[in-house]
Amino acid sequence: MDERKTILDVKGLRTSFFTDDGEVPAVDNVDFHIRQGEVLGIVGESGCGKSVTSLSIMGLVPSPPGKIVSGEILFQDKDLTKLSDKEMRQIRGDDIAMIFQEPMTSLNPLFTIGNQLREALKIHKKDWSKNQIQERAVEMMKLVGLPRAEALLNEYPHQLSGGMRQRVMIAMALLCDPKVLIADEPTTALDVTIQAQILKLIKNLNERLDTAVLLITHDLGVVAETCERVVVMYAGKVVEEGPVHTIFNDPQHPYTRGLLESVPDMRFKKERLYSIPGNVPKPGSIKTGCKYAARCEFAFDRCRVEDPELYQTAEDHKTRCFLFDPKEAKPNDRTVVES
Amino acid sequence: MTEPLLKVEGLKKYFPITGGMLGRVKGQVKAVDDISFYVNEGETLGIVGESGCGKSTTGRMLMRLLDPTEGKVTFDGQELTSLSASDMRKARRDIQMVFQDPYASLNPRHSIEKILMEPLNVHNIGDPKERKRKVHEFLEIVGLSSYHAKRYPHQFSGGQRQRIGIARALMTNPKLIIADEPVSALDVSIQAQVLNLMQDLQRDLKLTYIFIAHDLGVVRHISDRVGVMYLGNMAELADTESLYEKPLHPYTQALLSAVPVPDPDFVREEVVIKGDVPSPANPPSGCRFHTRCPFKMDICSQEIPRFAEVEPGHSVACHLYEECRPQ
Repeated sequence: MDERKTILDVKGLRTSFFTDDGEVPAVDNVDFHIRQGEVLGIVGESGCGKSVTSLSIMGLVPSPPGKIVSGEILFQDKDLTKLSDKEMRQIRGDDIAMIFQEPMTSLNPLFTIGNQLREALKIHKKDWSKNQIQERAVEMMKLVGLPRAEALLNEYPHQLSGGMRQRVMIAMALLCDPKVLIADEPTTALDVTIQAQILKLIKNLNERLDTAVLLITHDLGVVAETCERVVVMYAGKVVEEGPVHTIFNDPQHPYTRGLLESVPDMRFKKERLYSIPGNVPKPGSIKTGCKYAARCEFAFDRCRVEDPELYQTAEDHKTRCFLFDPKEAKPNDRTVVES
Repeated sequence: MTEPLLKVEGLKKYFPITGGMLGRVKGQVKAVDDISFYVNEGETLGIVGESGCGKSTTGRMLMRLLDPTEGKVTFDGQELTSLSASDMRKARRDIQMVFQDPYASLNPRHSIEKILMEPLNVHNIGDPKERKRKVHEFLEIVGLSSYHAKRYPHQFSGGQRQRIGIARALMTNPKLIIADEPVSALDVSIQAQVLNLMQDLQRDLKLTYIFIAHDLGVVRHISDRVGVMYLGNMAELADTESLYEKPLHPYTQALLSAVPVPDPDFVREEVVIKGDVPSPANPPSGCRFHTRCPFKMDICSQEIPRFAEVEPGHSVACHLYEECRPQ
């Protein structure tokens, strides 16, 4: 078992959006934790609730219509869901920082890079002198591998390329030595060669600074390459959780299996891709039973009536599927699943 | 050997940069700069490259949605680049396009029936009754149902919309389909469905595809031959197997090694390239890749490498392979 202590613990998180059609749970009873210095991946398709999960941690769920209905987000023995706006502001950007998908829109076009970097320090490090702040900004720009750091601080976002802007975002997020860095699709808008550079940088910084990273992505390749542990989400729920090697070599949940099968692998040609039938359900549209039952080829009667819980199948491996329920009448249909 | 279905020779597209008070032309963005290739009937040619490499501009020029600055496109024995606008419209019956964004490429105010009937109206195919029958037939072919005809685009998911986009392209029984990033807006599980559909249609309807994408895994899966573009040039073009197993151009090597592989045990051979793609308005001299190339030689910044065959069916534009070529 991993010795490192848990730094962020999400317990039974339920975040809903209240619309004209009633409550739509985007994140439904989600549990996971991140250990110090760990890279945890959350993977899933659009609408599975992975971004809402990260926004919930940051206290950035747009309200109304969104609201954290129940659950706890424990960070250093504090429940983030219970904090006031003011207390949350102190943690956000300081202890927990976030980088977003769109490096084009996450920087203010009217201010210089330096201005935007210094702002975070002015807010969180009130006792620092001007020089200290400037030095720190330059130091971070260098750390993320940006050339001519001093000069760049006086430039505007439009003068930088997409990859450089994402580096600036990372520098900004790391200014205050956060304990947790949330990266929501940090490389989706970038080209592959730039993506490789950014992922390498994130991994490198994680090792050097011992910052825990929560990497949210839809790309299984990115997960395989950067994460230690993986949480797979589907329709607002965690369907499988385990170490990256287990998830990729011995996936249990039919959805995880289907997802892995449907990715075209650059290394070899498959005659035909496996494809999961049907569509990703709209949040809140499935009320009873397992959310994946309608698309699952192993679904049986119980799946359509009862919602499975997250079964512990190994010390660090959990799966939300009745096929792995120890009490299920046809236990361990693993041979059937694998054939 | 039979004539290829589509032949492209020396295709160029320069966009003028205007500025100043009088809007004078200050420079040119060389979006596509002298590329040549061919596509055989029934095959899929994949075109990959990073953003700004000119792959979409190339696709649009083949359809003459953009007029090339220079160069010749010959399709089925007919030179498209010299056709008048009205003759070109007729020629488009045989060349159709599938676009990237299934949300933006369908008119939200039109029913699916109207959207799919449009190409038939334009090309004057069949009578109204027959057109309607055809709409229903093609909806079934792409995996939707005929009752969907009365619905509107917003009632469909992304994957279903892309099926409608494909159905629209098929309505005129084209020979060639140019698909510009047809699956990049879709989720992985839906992407697999659409790729399988495209392969089935190719087999059943004897289609030829030009498949433009940035995802190297997807391109390998669907293509028979693949061309790699960089800054408006074709860097390498070869059979899919030899391109992926034995890439010659340093850019192709770097591109392939940068793709994240869905296997945590995979150990890659790293060819790291530094920096960003230079601006196409001011491309580097000589080989356009020399600013990022790990194998740069003196000649690279001075002379533009020839794009020529190194092995049968494997062309590359790189000075490293100059001596392997028949002079």
